[in-house]
Amino acid sequence: MNEMTGTAIPHAPGFIANKTPRIVTSRFDYEDSHTLTRYEATGGYEGLKKALRRTPEEVHNEVRDATLLGRGGAGFPAGVKWGFCPPEVWPRYLVVNGDESEPGTYKDRLLMELDPHQLIEGCLIACYAVGLSQCFLYVRGEMAVAQERVAQALNEAYAAGYIGKNIQDSDFSVDIILHWGAGAYVVGEETALIESLEGNRGMPRLKPPYFPASIGLYGQPTIVNNVETLSNLPWILEHGAGAFTAIGTESSPGTRMVAVSGHVKRPGVYEIVNGTTTFRDLLYGSDMCGGIRDDNQLKAFVPGGGSAPWFTADQLDLPFEASQVGPQGSMLGSGAIMVMDETTDIPAAALTLTKFYAHESCGKCVPCREGGTWLEQILRRVVEGRGTTRDLELLIEVGETICPGDFPHAAVPSKGIEAVPFPYRMTTICFVGPSAFAPIHSALTLFREEFEAKVAGNDYPTMIEVAVDV
Amino acid sequence: MSEPTPSEITVTINGTQIDAQAGEMVIAAADRAGVHIPRFCYHERMSPVGMCRMCLVDIDTGRGPMLQPSCMVPVSDGMSVDTESEDTKRAQEGILEFLLVNHPLDCPVCDKGGECPLQDQTMAYGPGESRFVEEKRHYEKPIPISDLVHLDRERCILCDRCTRFADEVAGDPLIYFMERGNATQVLTFPDEPFSSYFSGNTVQICPVGALTAAPYRFKARPWDLEQVESTCTTCSMGCRVAVQSSRNELVRYLGVDVESVNHGWLCDKGRFNFESVNSEQRLTTPLIRDIDDPRQLLGIDWGSALAVAAEAIQQAGPERVGIIGGSRLTNEDAYAWSKFAGSIVGTDNVDAQLGDGLPAEVVLALPPATIADACSADTVLVVGPDIKEELAILHLRLRGAATKGQTNVVEIGPNPTGCEPYAQRSIRCAPGETAKALSELLASDDPLAGQLGEGSVVVVFGRASMAESADPALSLAAVIRTELPHATFLPALRRGNVRGALDMGLAPGILPGRTDIRQPSQALLETWGAVPAAKGLDTTGMLHAAASGDLDTLILLGADPLSDFPDRNLAAEAIQKAKTVIAIDNFVTDSVAQADVALPATAYGEQGGTTTNIEGRISRLTQKITPPGSARDDWMIATELAWRLGSDLGLSSKQEIWREIERVAPSHAGVTLERVESSEAHEGILVQETSLELNLPAPETPPVADGYGLRLVSGRKLWDAATATAHSPSLQPLAAAPALKVHPNDLQRLGISSGDDVRVISTRSTETITAIADENIQRGTAMLPFNQPGGGANRFIDADAAVNDIRIETL
Repeated sequence: MNEMTGTAIPHAPGFIANKTPRIVTSRFDYEDSHTLTRYEATGGYEGLKKALRRTPEEVHNEVRDATLLGRGGAGFPAGVKWGFCPPEVWPRYLVVNGDESEPGTYKDRLLMELDPHQLIEGCLIACYAVGLSQCFLYVRGEMAVAQERVAQALNEAYAAGYIGKNIQDSDFSVDIILHWGAGAYVVGEETALIESLEGNRGMPRLKPPYFPASIGLYGQPTIVNNVETLSNLPWILEHGAGAFTAIGTESSPGTRMVAVSGHVKRPGVYEIVNGTTTFRDLLYGSDMCGGIRDDNQLKAFVPGGGSAPWFTADQLDLPFEASQVGPQGSMLGSGAIMVMDETTDIPAAALTLTKFYAHESCGKCVPCREGGTWLEQILRRVVEGRGTTRDLELLIEVGETICPGDFPHAAVPSKGIEAVPFPYRMTTICFVGPSAFAPIHSALTLFREEFEAKVAGNDYPTMIEVAVDV
Repeated sequence: MSEPTPSEITVTINGTQIDAQAGEMVIAAADRAGVHIPRFCYHERMSPVGMCRMCLVDIDTGRGPMLQPSCMVPVSDGMSVDTESEDTKRAQEGILEFLLVNHPLDCPVCDKGGECPLQDQTMAYGPGESRFVEEKRHYEKPIPISDLVHLDRERCILCDRCTRFADEVAGDPLIYFMERGNATQVLTFPDEPFSSYFSGNTVQICPVGALTAAPYRFKARPWDLEQVESTCTTCSMGCRVAVQSSRNELVRYLGVDVESVNHGWLCDKGRFNFESVNSEQRLTTPLIRDIDDPRQLLGIDWGSALAVAAEAIQQAGPERVGIIGGSRLTNEDAYAWSKFAGSIVGTDNVDAQLGDGLPAEVVLALPPATIADACSADTVLVVGPDIKEELAILHLRLRGAATKGQTNVVEIGPNPTGCEPYAQRSIRCAPGETAKALSELLASDDPLAGQLGEGSVVVVFGRASMAESADPALSLAAVIRTELPHATFLPALRRGNVRGALDMGLAPGILPGRTDIRQPSQALLETWGAVPAAKGLDTTGMLHAAASGDLDTLILLGADPLSDFPDRNLAAEAIQKAKTVIAIDNFVTDSVAQADVALPATAYGEQGGTTTNIEGRISRLTQKITPPGSARDDWMIATELAWRLGSDLGLSSKQEIWREIERVAPSHAGVTLERVESSEAHEGILVQETSLELNLPAPETPPVADGYGLRLVSGRKLWDAATATAHSPSLQPLAAAPALKVHPNDLQRLGISSGDDVRVISTRSTETITAIADENIQRGTAMLPFNQPGGGANRFIDADAAVNDIRIETL
């Protein structure tokens, strides 16, 4: 029973176990995985206790040695990020980015719903390592269950003396403050999240400064970490960096969670070995997604969240390793894989994604605010059969104002198209603007014939839309 | 002007090496190097936001050229900037195309058309054609967001200039972005208009025609405007303005960016009261009291009117003539009247202040401070009127400096002021007891005492309340001089060119050039022939003398004692008892309506010359339009009167007057006409010399309140019944009716509910006023604005009392 609402919260569905070592999902099979009782019974808070027996520098070094890559999207090593705090500037803050809103991504939600204590323990370890005494846990507004579970866990942990003053009778004191978002995609961007936390409109801050570690929340050094990143810390502290790097590859150690959606037999969240698992393993493996639905042909998939350029069957053998995926024209991002089979209307699929990013633009910078909606309007015209061949060029030209130069895309050996490596250049402040263009660019590059079929015969001037839903 | 700090940063812009200052943004460095980078959101007086992306240029810091917003990237040594690269041009075209896709392109009916940055930059950097065929965003076209400002959201390009100004500069964050993405729009909060005193600035900095000001809407096209640079004389701050006219009518003022004074900002009162100059109610012909029906004034020719005036002056003799006013005048006009009084009439009964200021010999002898000094001092001590209401742009400058951490504002006074939100400390004391409050603070172990004692201190110094005499302020000055001898003073004086009028000798005991009447300069003696032997009467003294029959002829030089002198009863008695009242003014004010002779004078924009602000900074006024009817410059009226008195002032033009001032006024020696007319006058010429010695009376404590009454506090509001506001149709409705603010406990004690009409009793008058409960008012005090339409505090005030008490009763 939940103390806050008095209602029972059903177990969140979505997780599918496989043969992979389980670092962050080890308790997901228990019905009461979110309770302190279960957490303590399964080795919970042992990592924290171990950490408290060591110096903060040692803990920080342990995490740095583990090469724990950020799981939010950018994949930046957490231990290195922590080191960006300017020395002797206090107070510093930890902000947990639980505003998971990249289309297709729902792994952090499970971590918060099913194992909130693991996240809290991770926060405490990070705070101890970097010398922080205040942590803000920002949970996406739409995730009601996650919010209640985290709130309940915080209450339990405070009562048990894991949070608050003199944790476990040490000199270490931390407060964790739960904050609920108000429903904006862009707040997943770390500086926009900080703005939102400060009570301002959720708009990204300007760079430089590039990292909130130098100037962040309330102008103080701030570490912003993703939920999954922090959830790895208890295991690393308990088992050591060596055990962590023994899994996966040297540059991408450990496991990572991926959320698969779309046209596979068993969509869901998987914990996979980082660096070595390939997309083929994930999508076709019998202990994982089990192949494409109805044994259809794979047409395309988005490898790293809605804003990533698309892959096709030609890239299935790439592993979950940024240094290999980047040169092939996309990114691993937030670990969301969206699968499209042969029945998919590619232009319509692109429109769905572009519409999302245009809608979620915060409106701060011009290319995103005006360009995103314009792209959506042109694409809608094409999808609805009212476009012309000229519109296909216009889509690219408008996109080039948002992302000047060559936009990354995958290779298409059958058409003699070579890959353009990640990343792209952009005229916007953050990645929302380019994200509106990414699906269009991928779809047009990889499946131009489908667009041409939509505009075939429309050699008359483009019709003017009369009503626009603004 | 401080020397630019030597810089070791060298930046290459378009192949040319330039020196840049550490910390400045690329766009600012480019501006100084004469390379224009197009921009919409960037504004040099506000923090950069990088929203419009128009200023993207190729910046190479060693990792190859990359498009970066030049308003956000600070210069670094060895940086190479290309503002004309292919990538830059493509980005500029793309951004402009984006900005235009939802812009209505209603330029032919847009006030901004012809001076529009969006229009201009589209011509210079934009694509030739639009490829946008969809329907544009639609919003209700202009919606009023305040009484003065209209917002057209279709034209808006969301550059964050107005919203940033409101939040960052004005401190009135009443407009902000609503919705998001393509639906983002600037709006006010529901039921909360953008009623900022500074709203007009948003119209000026709007890079499109989204914000328009009610007084200017559809009045002129930019290419029909003529413009001169001048100085605002609405208050004594001396903001630089561009005065624009069309068809010989003033239509708009724009703030001019001057580092030492207004940073380009204007208050709405100064910006929009040009409407009064164009008013139909202007006094355009001389008037004289009708012998058959003394209740009315009749139009008359100048010759007859001047003859009557001259005769009244002649018959009265030097000791029985008094001249009140002069702060509306230019320096040259003030000098002419000073010379007229001293050398022709032979009287020293002259006073430009209306009993609401400080003795001139104190103002002119205090160690001076500039506005810039105040904005960089460790502490600014504000003791005087509510500067947000009375010197609005000084408030803006201090607020800006305080919020940026460049200074700390500490205020001492009886009731809340506009400084409170940004003040380090607001010390509340009983009315008239600022000196006591400061003494107690300095004697305590409060860290603030140390801050004041050790750091630099600038005192913004004036009279805290119209309901107290100058004595409490002088007591305070005495405490400061003793305890904080390093403090310098910025006088917070009321009305336009009051400082210039005092400098020119329109104050008892003072001769032009800040000299004592007992120590005239040789040059002055030679030019004037003679100076009055003894110090004359100030305004209060003259009104007392007139009321008791000791003064026959009162000359009101743009003064309205019935409205502006703190004690209306005394002013009324004086005007009634004086044998002849000669008024020189722009309008038939309350006092002019009682005059025997009224002479029409030129108004702002109709006269050239110079003016002096509170710092002693001399800047130019420029004539833009011709005066209505037969209105004349004030100096000409003085010359004509002298002529009719059988003398010659020896002045025939403003230039000639300035040359004479430079020659006879010791403080102004060296400030030649050539300098005044040169580009140096853009920043203004600071004159701080004085030969007056400071003599302050010993501090006094005002009488203890009786416990039954409430001690009255009164100050002016920005929007009040002032002549220029009352005759500006757009501004006149903004002045609220008077209401007496009292602490709720004091009202409750008397059984009065907030909003009730009460009987207010003072030693001077008994009147009915609405009482409002306000818990920000100190207990035992009552606050009444000085001059609201419908009656001011001057009915209750006794000008001779150090403090004034009132009692209130239920009806």
